[in-house]
Amino acid sequence: MLTVTFFAILALALAFYLVGRSRAVSVVGGEVHQLHSRPNFHGTLAMMLSAICGILALLVIGTAWGAYIERSLLADIMAAQPDLTPIEAELVLSDAHALASGGIASRSDALRIAMAEQVTSKGALHQWGTIAVSLGLTVLAGLWAIAKIAPEWRARNRSETIVRRVLMLTAIIAVLTTVGIVMSLIFETINFFDNIDWQIHKFLFGTTWSPLSGVQAGKLDPDKVGAIPLFAGTLMITVIAMLVAVPIGLLSAIYLSDFASARVRAWAKPMLELLAGIPTVVYGFFAAITLAPFIRNSGEAIGLTIASESALAAGIVMGIMIIPFISSLSDDVINAVPQSLRDGSYGLGATKGETIRQVVLPAALPGIVSAVLLGVSRAVGETMIVVMAAGQGANLTANPLEAVTTVTVQIVMLITGDTEASTAAGPAFTLGFTLFCVTLLMNIAAQRVVHKYRELYD
Amino acid sequence: MSKNIKISAKNVDVFYGDTHAIKGVDVEIEDKSVTAFIGPSGCGKSTFLRCINRMNDTIDICRVTGDILLEGEDIYAKSIDPVQLRARVGMVFQKPNPFPKSIYDNVAYGPTIHGLAKNKAELDEIVEQSLRRAAIWDEVKDRLHQPGTGLSGGQQQRLCIGRAIATAPEVLLMDEPCSALDPIATAQVEELIDELRASYTVVIVTHSMQQAARVSQKTAFFHLGNVVEYGDTDKIFTNPEDSRTESYITGRIG
Ligand SMILES: Nc1ncnc2c1ncn2[C@@H]1O[C@H](COP(=O)(O)OP(=O)(O)OP(=O)(O)O)[C@@H](O)[C@H]1O
Ligand SMILES: [Mg+2]
Repeated sequence: MLTVTFFAILALALAFYLVGRSRAVSVVGGEVHQLHSRPNFHGTLAMMLSAICGILALLVIGTAWGAYIERSLLADIMAAQPDLTPIEAELVLSDAHALASGGIASRSDALRIAMAEQVTSKGALHQWGTIAVSLGLTVLAGLWAIAKIAPEWRARNRSETIVRRVLMLTAIIAVLTTVGIVMSLIFETINFFDNIDWQIHKFLFGTTWSPLSGVQAGKLDPDKVGAIPLFAGTLMITVIAMLVAVPIGLLSAIYLSDFASARVRAWAKPMLELLAGIPTVVYGFFAAITLAPFIRNSGEAIGLTIASESALAAGIVMGIMIIPFISSLSDDVINAVPQSLRDGSYGLGATKGETIRQVVLPAALPGIVSAVLLGVSRAVGETMIVVMAAGQGANLTANPLEAVTTVTVQIVMLITGDTEASTAAGPAFTLGFTLFCVTLLMNIAAQRVVHKYRELYD
Repeated sequence: MSKNIKISAKNVDVFYGDTHAIKGVDVEIEDKSVTAFIGPSGCGKSTFLRCINRMNDTIDICRVTGDILLEGEDIYAKSIDPVQLRARVGMVFQKPNPFPKSIYDNVAYGPTIHGLAKNKAELDEIVEQSLRRAAIWDEVKDRLHQPGTGLSGGQQQRLCIGRAIATAPEVLLMDEPCSALDPIATAQVEELIDELRASYTVVIVTHSMQQAARVSQKTAFFHLGNVVEYGDTDKIFTNPEDSRTESYITGRIG
């Protein structure tokens, strides 16, 4: 019903657009140039005003009134049976809702049936009231805008102001969401630190990670929340991945942009970009099922013992996943280096190699650095591949042939495990927050580098 | 006054895809002299100039036919390495294109890759000499290690001239080297060209009749991809044979 109202408001707004536009024309008897704003701005203003008023009314009245009804019904229930606990009262109310809509309730006693009647009557009033008020406001706002139409009426400026406000609102929503997420991370992190008695150093520098094994009465054991093994695992896998991805990605970008013929480029580049479209879960089982056994078997052949889940397998596959990001972005920036620079170098008798190494790559460096950074942040945040191929045990080792675990894997384990959410959330959020800080710092540092470089050569 | 022929082009045609940009051009460029190419915009001066050091190789759609001989050797022959050719035949481009490196490194680039300097002191010397000859030393001597891209357009152009002469080519191709320069810098560059003539062969494209008349010994007038007239500069400017040449230099076509 409310959806129908929403579309009715839109239809009304559209009608006001048409009316406003033709009214603007008729106000000046067809001499459109006498208007301050062109007719469609008058129409647009009427449309926007009516739509905004109607939709706001729908949202505000719909939710506020609804919440008010729920509250008063709860109060009624508590008044009728004062011995009910709040949760039982809510159960009665939800049963009443179910009965009112003809659904199945847990019980149907006199109170519930009485409440169901209340729900029905108040609900109907609420519904029709909301519809009437919001449609009424739509019409009023539209009529007001149309009544205002006059040659000097600055409809264009007003509608531009409205558009600007709406754009600002969306930007604010985006920023506030981010802030909200960060705030909740911080909040949970503080909770967690409180839980381990503010022994933050034990989290940051401890080497034993087994948070859920030390839980006593909801309290974590500070000696078992050392995050070092996780960050070490993340670091190792990221390094392996970048060792695979950066050389291959960069060299293939150089090949594509400066050596490949147009025909090779035409199919090689889409092929590379296709790699970027493969879901990471596919890479994950490729790593776990194909590459890891292969590495183990070839290790055995030369007398090495390699765990069936190893940092090496996960890192290599993650590197393969990152290749297209680096190669595609680097190819774009290398291509953006003007041909005139290459010509200048060739004109001095430089070879292709010298030109690329000494002119093209330095000119493209800021872009290449950001491509690599993007790759690093993908690697740090990647979860699926490591869940499947790197192992779960928090194992502090420098040997890439052993199983390691990463920050993201541990977050997954904590959240999907069957420990109570309130206990598991603390370490998970804290890991998330720390990871966020690390990537943020890394990004800032890289921005600095790029900026310094830009200053030198722009 | 008979001079050696440094570059000899015979029946050269250039195509950009289907565009026929140069049509059967024959030109003989004398050693240790300045040759000017003049002609209206789009007539193919730059295109022909780029043929002489095979810069057109870098354009996929460009096709060159005919013979261009440098000291009797066909530069389009299989045995010729375009990289070596371009070290002998340097080029200053129509648009200044300094590398995103320091001023010093811009000039040192050519000498370094060709191993012209045995040590840092020699390299410093080459850089200074080249910048002096390009009439920009005084302006940049205190900021040699700042980026070349931070110079003004005219300074960039002189930097590019300095960069080209630092490589010590035998032939220097200059595509409108003074188009972004003020009269003082123009006079300095013209002086440089005059001085270069003693040891190098210079080919210059210019839109300024006065400049062509001042600096060159020979002038070629290009029109719609053809060389309409080629001969001694004095003769072209005082007594042209072709009516189109006359119209152009007196300003009636352009
Ligand atoms: N890279 C290219 N691709 C296709 N056509 C080109 C290219 N470069 C030049 N041309 C064409 O070749 C013709 C000659 O161009 P060119 O640059 O040699 O003229 P120009 O005489 O140097 O002119 P200007 O005095 O304006 O520099 C023009 O018609 C131009 O459109
Ligand atoms: Mg040109």
